[in-house]
Amino acid sequence: MTIRCASTTAKASGVELELTEDQEFFRQTTSKFLAAECPLPTVRSLADDPAGFAPDYWRRGAELGWTSMLVPETDGGGCLSEHGLLDLVLVAEEMGRLVSPGPLVPVNVVASALAEAGTSAQRAAVLAGLLSGQSVAAWCGPTAIHAEPAGDGFRLTGVAAPVEAGAQAQHLLVTARTGDGVSQMLVPVDTPGILVSPLGGLDLVRRFAEVRFDGVAVPASAVVGEAGTAAEAVERQLQIAVVLQCAESLGAADRMFEVTLEYLGDRYSFGRPLSSYQALKHRVADDKTWLEACHATATAAARAVATRSDDAAHLVSVAKAWIAPHVTELIQDCVQLHGGIGITWEHDLHLYLRRATVNRATYGTPEDHAERIATELLGAAS
Amino acid sequence: MTDAAVEPVEDFRLRARAWLAENMPTATAEPFDRGDDGRWDLERTLQRRLWDGGFAGICFPSEYGGLGLSFEHQRAFTEESLPYDMPFSLNVPTFGILAATLVDFGTHEQKLRHLPAILRGEELWVQFLSEPSGGSDLAGCLTRADRDGDVFIMSGSKIWSSSAYACDYAMCLARTNWDVPKHRGLTMFIVKIHQPGIQVEQIRQVDGSMEFCQEFFDDVQIPASDVVGEVDDGWTVASRLLVHERNAVGGGSPYTSGRSVGHDSSGKEDDLVEMARASGRTGDPHVRQLVAEGHVRQLVGGQLIRRVMQGVTAGKMPPPAGSILKLFSATGAMRRYEIGLELAGEGAAAWPADTEGVARRLSEATLWRQGLSLGGGSNEIQRNIISERVLGMPREFAADREVPYRDVRRGPNPAKG
Repeated sequence: MTIRCASTTAKASGVELELTEDQEFFRQTTSKFLAAECPLPTVRSLADDPAGFAPDYWRRGAELGWTSMLVPETDGGGCLSEHGLLDLVLVAEEMGRLVSPGPLVPVNVVASALAEAGTSAQRAAVLAGLLSGQSVAAWCGPTAIHAEPAGDGFRLTGVAAPVEAGAQAQHLLVTARTGDGVSQMLVPVDTPGILVSPLGGLDLVRRFAEVRFDGVAVPASAVVGEAGTAAEAVERQLQIAVVLQCAESLGAADRMFEVTLEYLGDRYSFGRPLSSYQALKHRVADDKTWLEACHATATAAARAVATRSDDAAHLVSVAKAWIAPHVTELIQDCVQLHGGIGITWEHDLHLYLRRATVNRATYGTPEDHAERIATELLGAAS
Repeated sequence: MTDAAVEPVEDFRLRARAWLAENMPTATAEPFDRGDDGRWDLERTLQRRLWDGGFAGICFPSEYGGLGLSFEHQRAFTEESLPYDMPFSLNVPTFGILAATLVDFGTHEQKLRHLPAILRGEELWVQFLSEPSGGSDLAGCLTRADRDGDVFIMSGSKIWSSSAYACDYAMCLARTNWDVPKHRGLTMFIVKIHQPGIQVEQIRQVDGSMEFCQEFFDDVQIPASDVVGEVDDGWTVASRLLVHERNAVGGGSPYTSGRSVGHDSSGKEDDLVEMARASGRTGDPHVRQLVAEGHVRQLVGGQLIRRVMQGVTAGKMPPPAGSILKLFSATGAMRRYEIGLELAGEGAAAWPADTEGVARRLSEATLWRQGLSLGGGSNEIQRNIISERVLGMPREFAADREVPYRDVRRGPNPAKG
């Protein structure tokens, strides 16, 4: 017997309380698509799939707009509202609600970076494939890759890990140190000297890889933007990634909170529903309080990044530092409230706990983001 | 006033900015002392100045002396007011709790008589709800008010009223009917505090402050025209008052103006940064994590207020969601006090004589740490409200439900010693 969570339903408690009609329609379309095409049994069945997602599923998601929101119409993209990131947050949230597969974060980060600073040749060569869902790109960074000038281009050395969708990508956006600055390069994954090794991982369908650069020669035409000046672009990529992963984690937490609340009402012990015990009610009240706080800070961060506000970096780190540990703690509490069934393979809770834990650990741990905040408040550590 | 005549928020903000710079004194860094009589006089004067300048009661109805503007106008004014000294203590409870409840339930005459006076800084208000016997069971009220023609005669005792000695009026909940279940026999009264038959005693707190009071009523006469809402329906009024209280204490009231101080004035981020610097440990990774954590809690609290206020205003969250703010603010403060103590290290135990250093401030503040988790409804009560009235979980068993109040079992009444 597989205990499945009821299909997802629209909830007023999303990251954004107020959605436009278009956004609400889009959210529902994505939600219905995911429920029909990739319900939890399908997610489970993909656990042994090397890519973790079916190519056709990703193409159809892309048709819904999953990869075009951060790319302007002139490059073939387009969004619903004034701010594509806020539209994309809705996708991330719905994917969290069903722990859906697919390289949402890396593809959108790379598409956005190319749309903002890519050469016309780079945009022509890569964007169309990302927008249609035919191809995938991964982001190697911000990491310890070094780029030495060589000829009219660079030579890349170093190891990036974990790189999300690294083994599924046809192109890599590499963030590398060049002298005193930071540069980014767009490199085909089959460039000689690049070795991609799939990694094992906690999430059943989210794949990571180690990408090794062994003196990889890249031409000057691979540089995205101007060499040595990519620090701001990298910061923005990180912000987009964190906003999306926080939204996804919140979708997951929302869903598990709903499932747990329902379970407490349905299950009886000592002749009364679990939901009538004050000890449990108080735990649930704490969980609800954390959850609302998570939503509040996720909204603030998403808006700040979408509008390129001066405090975007700060609010993103605040959101990650708050949300990541609280979401994993909340889902762990859902496990405890479920009792023994919560630690079985057959119950879906662990799928959500896996996703939230992976999101906690990637794109900066909560402690990394706390250190960023400390640097603002107290100055640099040394 | 038609919609077209409403001043745009940004225009209002600019006008407020200019007026504040011209008229209000700069805020001082000194700790705020509610026990100082001079401070109360100053706050009344500052409030009068706001009134004269046309910036008092931004969200109060214009019919009763307010400006009738939106929460966004109030938020803009508060943001502009941050560098200035303001009548902070009038925010809670006078404006945010009592005046707000009067707006909802007062008669036209009551509102005309009191709201403009409140907005001029002439009347300070407080709530008389808790009783020595009651704790969290507010409706288990033993103070009685018996009707005698045009007046009610009140006797009993109330406790935990903030700064009642410095206030002018109270809303007081009393039992007017003992033959019905507890919630159905209560009435809310407007009570003039300083009058024969009422004795106000200040209670000394663990940190030495004397803010809280106990009142004793000995056959006090209250005109029937001072009943708020309906006779025997005081619980409806009290419930709304409590919603206003949670909003105001949680930081989400449209009726308060200017930064909220006096409630959460210690263990704040500035103190934590200052403590880290004072101890010379700003490079210590553990210290850095703690300071960041304190900052994150503080900031997320503000973001949560915005979310819940928007949710309640838009009807997407039920009004009891205000309890989420109260619980978050109390538990968040507890953690920040704890961080303060950890950062202070040995400095929390002893300090150079006659100094007012940050370590001493953080250390002494922790003595009162639980106050925020008790006042305005304990954390446990907020958790009941969130689980039952926000999430729809089953209500707690109550032995006094549907029982005439005179038959409900009670312990000894501490008010009678």
